[in-house]
Amino acid sequence: MPLIENGKLIEDRFIRVSDDEALPEGVAVLIGIDRFLKEAEMLKGRKAPVGVIWPNNRPIAEIAPYLGQLSLIALVFPIFRDGRAYSQARLLRERLGWRGPLRATGNVLRDQFLLMERSGFDQIDAVKEADAEAFDEAVHRYTVFYQPATDERPSLLRQRLGRTVSGVR
Amino acid sequence: MYVYDEFDRAFLAERVAEFRDQVGRRLSGALSEDEFKPLRLMNGVYLQLHAYMLRIAIPYGTLNSDQLRRMAHVARRYDRGYGHFTTRQNIQFNWIKLEELPEAMAALAEVGVHGIQTSGNCIRNVTTDQWAGATPEECDDPRLWAEILRQYSTLHPEFTYLPRKFKIAITAADHDRAATKVHDIGLRLHRNDQGELGFEVLVGGGLGRTPFVGKHIRPFLPVRDLLSYVEAIMRVYNQYGRRDNIYKARIKILVHEIGAEEFSKAVEAEFAATRDGALRLTDEMIEEIRGRFLYPDFEPLDDQPAALVEALKDPLFATWHRNSVHKHKIPGYSIVTISLKPIGAPPGDATADQMDLIADLADDYGFREIRVGHEQNLCLPNVASKDLPELWRRLDAAGLATPNVNHISDIIACPGLDYCALANARAIPVAQEIAKRFSDLDRSRGIGRLHINISGCINACGHHHVGHIGILGVEKNGQEFYQITLGGRADEQAQLGTLLGPAVPYEQVPSLIEDVVDTYMELRAGPHELFIDTVTRLGVEPFKERVYAAH
Repeated sequence: MPLIENGKLIEDRFIRVSDDEALPEGVAVLIGIDRFLKEAEMLKGRKAPVGVIWPNNRPIAEIAPYLGQLSLIALVFPIFRDGRAYSQARLLRERLGWRGPLRATGNVLRDQFLLMERSGFDQIDAVKEADAEAFDEAVHRYTVFYQPATDERPSLLRQRLGRTVSGVR
Repeated sequence: MYVYDEFDRAFLAERVAEFRDQVGRRLSGALSEDEFKPLRLMNGVYLQLHAYMLRIAIPYGTLNSDQLRRMAHVARRYDRGYGHFTTRQNIQFNWIKLEELPEAMAALAEVGVHGIQTSGNCIRNVTTDQWAGATPEECDDPRLWAEILRQYSTLHPEFTYLPRKFKIAITAADHDRAATKVHDIGLRLHRNDQGELGFEVLVGGGLGRTPFVGKHIRPFLPVRDLLSYVEAIMRVYNQYGRRDNIYKARIKILVHEIGAEEFSKAVEAEFAATRDGALRLTDEMIEEIRGRFLYPDFEPLDDQPAALVEALKDPLFATWHRNSVHKHKIPGYSIVTISLKPIGAPPGDATADQMDLIADLADDYGFREIRVGHEQNLCLPNVASKDLPELWRRLDAAGLATPNVNHISDIIACPGLDYCALANARAIPVAQEIAKRFSDLDRSRGIGRLHINISGCINACGHHHVGHIGILGVEKNGQEFYQITLGGRADEQAQLGTLLGPAVPYEQVPSLIEDVVDTYMELRAGPHELFIDTVTRLGVEPFKERVYAAH
């Protein structure tokens, strides 16, 4: 599946490894939460980057103690109507202070790209090739944003007031 | 009226362009129906029994005459010449072709009208008192706060794919005309002992198959915290609301399952973390939005103008005036309700010609403003009392002066089996039959205030649970049956109706309702005791005995 990062198609350097496979040495891996939680202590000694797929039905606050050892967090949209990961993404960015890559995975369509970007995702695992190609159009479809979110776009209210108060969007 | 500026207009044009692209991808097969469905719903497009339906938002029920005229145009050009006003302060068109939808939407967008978030699992059109800004009862104009919420919730990046739909209602008057207690969030604006404005917050109310009256989770929320507190509620709901079962996905189920206290704790914790952040409203922000509401240039006028005094000698006018005209906050002005319930017609329907006429009347007598109430009636909120006789003559000539507002024939009914893909039974013909039984004005006046609500299925679009008399259509062995409830109400004393007894077949409904009303007339403490008060005082038992003895 095409992977988009900050608007550009990129190669995915993370390899997905299932729970019963051995972890390959020296390459970035993306693993499930069960394995990660079980092996978290051991993984601290690993030389290559580790990413985790955090499910959307588990409180995201539980990830806090592990942020320092993660190189990627992937959140899940099992069907595109299931929007739990939007809240998880905002909490990760705004509450837990995660600055690393945050990936949207699952049933991800172009119609959600903008919402994802505004909620703090910077990587998108698109399902459809055509959607990935339309990324630029999809995230620039709107020039007006009615509410502040995780991105830096000012809300309409702020735009009308003609300024951005420091620290407040 | 709230005045859209170039930003709002740009947004609407961008939204139409996006939808045009989505329709194009659907028609080419790039989007499956499964993928297209949530997208079209969030633009107000349903697939109904016979055709696509377009539901258009009327934010907090406020329209100007140009907007209503444009709706008349859409009714004529793309539909069958009429539209249907619903209990959600919106209008539905039932026969628009998918290919023509983007065009119809573009025509509406030109006057600032759209179908955004009138459906789908997002924050829906925020509703409020249709008398907002005009009634002397209110402590502030609730539309200001509804507009702040409208902006906040429009295409919200985090809350566009919630577990289920989400409805917010606001009242700022002691008498609740917005049914706030049966909404996902109900907000009552009031002043505390220090004279500060704030909201009482209720959460988890709603009708449908599992009806609940909302639970109080905060007695006083300072107005500046409105958005952070609503966001805290939404965030708790988005993460913990059930998604395994569509029937248990509403916030009322979450609140019920974990308890209002636990729910409130989770919200307060989230609120504590965000209350001083980007969503906190400053005086400057509030005033910016308040400044976009233009109020009519009221003149000092006589509260008892000679033309009105003279006209009241005509009993027909006097009857209409008694039912349809209410006190305005400015002396010399009145609030006028236009009944969309002529005897024997589908409740809430208006023809394109009627819409055009009402737009003209709003221009001539009402500072261009029209309101839509959840009772499926329209309203001219700012009419000089001296103009009432002339207004009445023009309404009457168009069949729009039925003097039945708040009477037994002012029935709320969903479209039912005649239109809706979900319904099990008809609703409109039941409403029509009952209205005919009570078409005698003296009789209905004698009965007094009585609200009948009819739903054609358990989803309760006709709000039957909160009707003084509620009628719910169910299907048994391929036949239409109806359950009757008594004692529901949607106002500040909101409560759910109590089931009267076994469901009865379609044919028996009108006479059963007559029996209920006759029983009330016999049992009431006096001519001033309202139906709802008699039911509250006596319970349903005496009604049950009388009614089922006869059936």
